[in-house]
Amino acid sequence: MHEWALAEAVITAAQQVAEKEKLKEIREVNIKIGELQQVEKDILRFALAQLKPAGFKNTVFHILKAKTRLKCRVCGNMWLFRKSKLDEETAEAIHFVPEVAHSYIKCPKCGSPDFEIAEGRGIWLESIKGVR
Amino acid sequence: MDPRTTVINERLRRTGRIIAVSSGKGGVGKSLVATTLALALAEKGCKVGLFDLDFTSPSTHLIMGVKNVQPEEDKGIVPPVVNGLAYMSLIHFSGDQAAPLRGADVSNALIELLAVTQWGKLDFIVIDMPPGIGDAVLDLVRFVKRIEFLIVTTSSRLAFETVKKQVRLLQDLKVPIIGVVENMKMDKATDIEQETGELGVKFLAGIPYDSMVEEAIGDVAKLRGTAIAKQVREVAARNIIQ
Repeated sequence: MHEWALAEAVITAAQQVAEKEKLKEIREVNIKIGELQQVEKDILRFALAQLKPAGFKNTVFHILKAKTRLKCRVCGNMWLFRKSKLDEETAEAIHFVPEVAHSYIKCPKCGSPDFEIAEGRGIWLESIKGVR
Repeated sequence: MDPRTTVINERLRRTGRIIAVSSGKGGVGKSLVATTLALALAEKGCKVGLFDLDFTSPSTHLIMGVKNVQPEEDKGIVPPVVNGLAYMSLIHFSGDQAAPLRGADVSNALIELLAVTQWGKLDFIVIDMPPGIGDAVLDLVRFVKRIEFLIVTTSSRLAFETVKKQVRLLQDLKVPIIGVVENMKMDKATDIEQETGELGVKFLAGIPYDSMVEEAIGDVAKLRGTAIAKQVREVAARNIIQ
């Protein structure tokens, strides 16, 4: 369960923000997950619930999925990533390390593997809300 | 914020020492030194991980003849054990395909693997770095608090001049340097040894050119008998395990 390692990172990062902002209690954690990494929302939510330490007792985790936009550096074409276009093995490789998308995906317009992941790569901590 | 960077040192908490094998230029035998160093430490009974961070030109899997191994998923990614080493490489995910990564992609892939790899309890992680002083070096220094470097050069002035720049950078960043290995030595000249000393860095070994190395690629038993493996074994015993 790769999602556990990412959940642990979210909790640790939220704790660090809370400490910096002097929050006694964290009420809300807003997480964005880019489609490219194909993080399983339910597994992530379960892992967050299992891992949450004191100070997170009443925390609500909002997990928002974000579309992945890829932009070709050669021809400027922008397109949306679609998991359905990949075989299972390739999708799994990209799930573990999204950058290997460059090994398997090419610009649909010009065929170049030199593209930018403009939006929706992986996990991102958007914001946290709490009580001082 | 990127949450992944906050767990990197936790993932490496149960590892004794983390040694980045680096070079100023490519083609000096850095991957061979990294691989034989990891094997030498394991021969001494240490628990060792080998991490190939040369994402765009990985070669440790070719050196060890790695085939048909995959990491397992268990609260992260658990590296497979190859020749007694916990072995992590981007090739587990990219296979034989080219991985054309730009700087930001290298950083992202590096952070991802550092954040999700569950190494377990190890005495050493040996890292095969990409050559030069680019993103991978700067990111490792930034994120891995206990990193140490071992630098590989050849006798060539071209290779050693880039080593000087790397040494100065690491000294400015206050990163420990175990020393410099001079590989593929063709004569008995001592100028690299002398100049390494002038940089305030230990000269670890001068390894003679060994024409048998190419034949040993992909065969760990043969590799263990090469001049490079023998010399690196001595470096490990003398300068690393102590």
